[in-house]
Amino acid sequence: MRKLALDDEILLSVEKPARYLGNELNTCHKQPDTVDIRFVMCFPDVYEIGMSHLGMQILYEMFNRRDDVVCERLFSPWPDLHQILKERQIPLFSLESQQPVKTADFLGITIQYEMCYTNILQILDLSEIPFFAKDRTDADPIVIGGGPCVYNPEPLADFFDCFYIGEGEVRYDELLDLYGDCKKKGIDRQAFLREAAKIPGIYVPSLYTVSYHDDGTIQSFVPVSPDISAKIEKQLVMDFDNAPYPTKPLVPFLQPTQDRVVLEVQRGCIRGCRFCQAGMIYRPTREKRLETLTKCADQMLQSSGHDEISLSSLSTSDYRALPELLSFLMERKEQGVNISLPSLRIDAFSLDVMQKVQDVKKSSLTFAPEAGSQRMRNVINKGLTEEEILHGAGLAFEGGWNKVKLYFMLGLPTETKEDIAAIPELAEKIAERFYEIPKEERNGRCNITISTSFFVPKPFTPFQWASMLPAEEYLNRAGILKDTLKQQLNQKSIRYIYHEAKETVLEGVLARGDRKLSAVLVNVYQKGACFDSWTEWFHPELWEAAFAETGIDPAFYTERPRDTKEILPWDFIDCGVTREFLVREWEQAKKEAVTPNCRRQCSGCGAKRYGGGVCHEA
Amino acid sequence: MKLRIRFEKTGSMKFIGHLDTMRFFQKLMRLAAVDVRYSEGYSPHPIMSFALPLGVGVESTGEYLDLEVNTTDTSEATLQRLNESMPEGLRALSYKKLPDNAKNGMAMVAAADYLITPKNGAMPDLSEQVQTLFYDAPAFVIEKKTKKSVKELDLKQYVYAFRSRQNGVFLKLSAGSETNIKPELLLEAFFARAGMTFEKKDWQITRLELYGKNDAGVLCPLDDFGENLC
Repeated sequence: MRKLALDDEILLSVEKPARYLGNELNTCHKQPDTVDIRFVMCFPDVYEIGMSHLGMQILYEMFNRRDDVVCERLFSPWPDLHQILKERQIPLFSLESQQPVKTADFLGITIQYEMCYTNILQILDLSEIPFFAKDRTDADPIVIGGGPCVYNPEPLADFFDCFYIGEGEVRYDELLDLYGDCKKKGIDRQAFLREAAKIPGIYVPSLYTVSYHDDGTIQSFVPVSPDISAKIEKQLVMDFDNAPYPTKPLVPFLQPTQDRVVLEVQRGCIRGCRFCQAGMIYRPTREKRLETLTKCADQMLQSSGHDEISLSSLSTSDYRALPELLSFLMERKEQGVNISLPSLRIDAFSLDVMQKVQDVKKSSLTFAPEAGSQRMRNVINKGLTEEEILHGAGLAFEGGWNKVKLYFMLGLPTETKEDIAAIPELAEKIAERFYEIPKEERNGRCNITISTSFFVPKPFTPFQWASMLPAEEYLNRAGILKDTLKQQLNQKSIRYIYHEAKETVLEGVLARGDRKLSAVLVNVYQKGACFDSWTEWFHPELWEAAFAETGIDPAFYTERPRDTKEILPWDFIDCGVTREFLVREWEQAKKEAVTPNCRRQCSGCGAKRYGGGVCHEA
Repeated sequence: MKLRIRFEKTGSMKFIGHLDTMRFFQKLMRLAAVDVRYSEGYSPHPIMSFALPLGVGVESTGEYLDLEVNTTDTSEATLQRLNESMPEGLRALSYKKLPDNAKNGMAMVAAADYLITPKNGAMPDLSEQVQTLFYDAPAFVIEKKTKKSVKELDLKQYVYAFRSRQNGVFLKLSAGSETNIKPELLLEAFFARAGMTFEKKDWQITRLELYGKNDAGVLCPLDDFGENLC
């Protein structure tokens, strides 16, 4: 039996000890000393969240298929265990072997959202690995980052030895081969990183020098020597049907947020919403063939024992074989498999499917108009019209639904008071549509929830040049929404909830930040910041103090207008869509002009050069 | 058809709580292709129940799960499939058919065996104290706290065996829905009377067996109520 890193006394004193055991179904146990490379893969948040992440499961299985590699998992220890590890000086350990992280060859961290950046420092701290890459020696693991946030890795650049830009399935084998080779030959860390930098998609921050203008913007961003590429090209799976996927999903004992088989039907999105980073960086849209998916679904259900399956992708309604896929799932439902639907475009077809798989009385419909007025929706290129929403809601109400959830963003570029007021007005029209149904035919009262988040501009979107607002102004806008709502006839049928403004501003700083922010991150972590994405652990005052002490003005990153000629911290990445396209879309946005989706008309974003996906559909 | 599985839950599995273990067994039945019967109604659930919840941190070599199935394979073949999908620390020991009129394990449990061993160091010989402080005493009254009140309880009628062995303290205690006596309840009072303290963290509790009463009123392991399927 494996020896656990924590003794009984500790495990019985912390909340949910099952987070730290590494004994789940389908985990891979290889003795670290029997392989050449030990790769610890970390999701820097609590276990139940990390275990729901599909990307990690894909790479886990892909790495462990190699005889020379063992891949083990790691999640953020909850604050209760954090304190014990610190007090007793127990080094953080990977779950499967229960061995210290610091003795691994690689520590790979998937970076899914900005608010986990302090958790990355927690992982390094508890693992006893120096925060700064420059302070590490050959005894430390190579710390590598991946995931969507690495499309602007600069705030974290000082903490990572390298980043992998793009989809992990493509270049990791090459990187692991190179590492294995270097290890056998006794080649040191710096020399390995220099070689790794030659692999497409691998970015080694220490090999680039950044200089700044007096105003704090970037003057130059250049490689230290001519053999290092000035541009890092994102990596993309083009043979999506044959890409690795978890044939044996890990099944935790603790209930994860996703306690079901997750079937990824496509990657990318044809829609081109101008605020959406995923819609840009995963271009071109690639679909999996129906046969691939039905085979995967059966295999995963069989190997996991799950009795539920869900579909995953951006805008799942755009998957062309969706009707066939759903009828396949309906067959499985006969055999006792529950189906959890993603949010679909509301029309007769999707309502029919929903009626078959869920309890109409309990379930709610979701619309994401993202903006209240048509003008604003044109600015963001969200091709959903008011007519479509009211029509869909009407169909649903007649079908017996009475709960509707509406998602919007506040603080979008060019937003006016009228645009804000249009949000509750749209909800009001939906409510009116419900009460048009004769009393005896409708299902009680309707129940509409408006949920708003504040818009955060992200790198590699047409809005990457947009300014954000101060926290008070966000709250002011939420107030306008609330006041308008209160004057409406059906206000009792409509509920309004909104996000925290201070968290939004911070997310904005980190999303478009540069290397100067590493000082703030270390400072705030040392003040005790961690789990910032958890409302109960988020302490804005720690961040305010950290900005003040390091002399960094957060408004420089959020409120300052950016010119399209400015060198942005992430400009060294080639994300697949061209800068010209992003500039064009930014101009179109300001003109309130809509760009058609990829299937209707190519808008020349640059992703066609990948030679596949929607750009080359017959 | 009613069936009973005996299994053990040891090692790191002792940290997995009761509900999480149940969710795992539901998946396990699908993995091992056990044709569990589902309840009727809008949200059908598999008909399965544990005989007696096991606390987090407690190990067991005698756990029981009762279930209903539509059809079944032989005991040997099913056990093999169950064990193929079990993680380290879980092992199915028997898979037996119960008579149709059998009460489920939860309703039957009347007693449990426990072995309580020191986690570090040697087992002290407590035989003398057990004799004088427990067996020779006219009564062994303790205070049992319930959610609502504190009541006095004479443990002598609920402790069926109390032995100091070389490898630990062996207890046979009343268990189940009537009167469920946890080993620490007895040991804390006993250690106090012997002038010592029982620190739960220093001892590993292992449940060895669960008993039900047969028609003659005799305690029999729950396993004895079923028959192997050949």
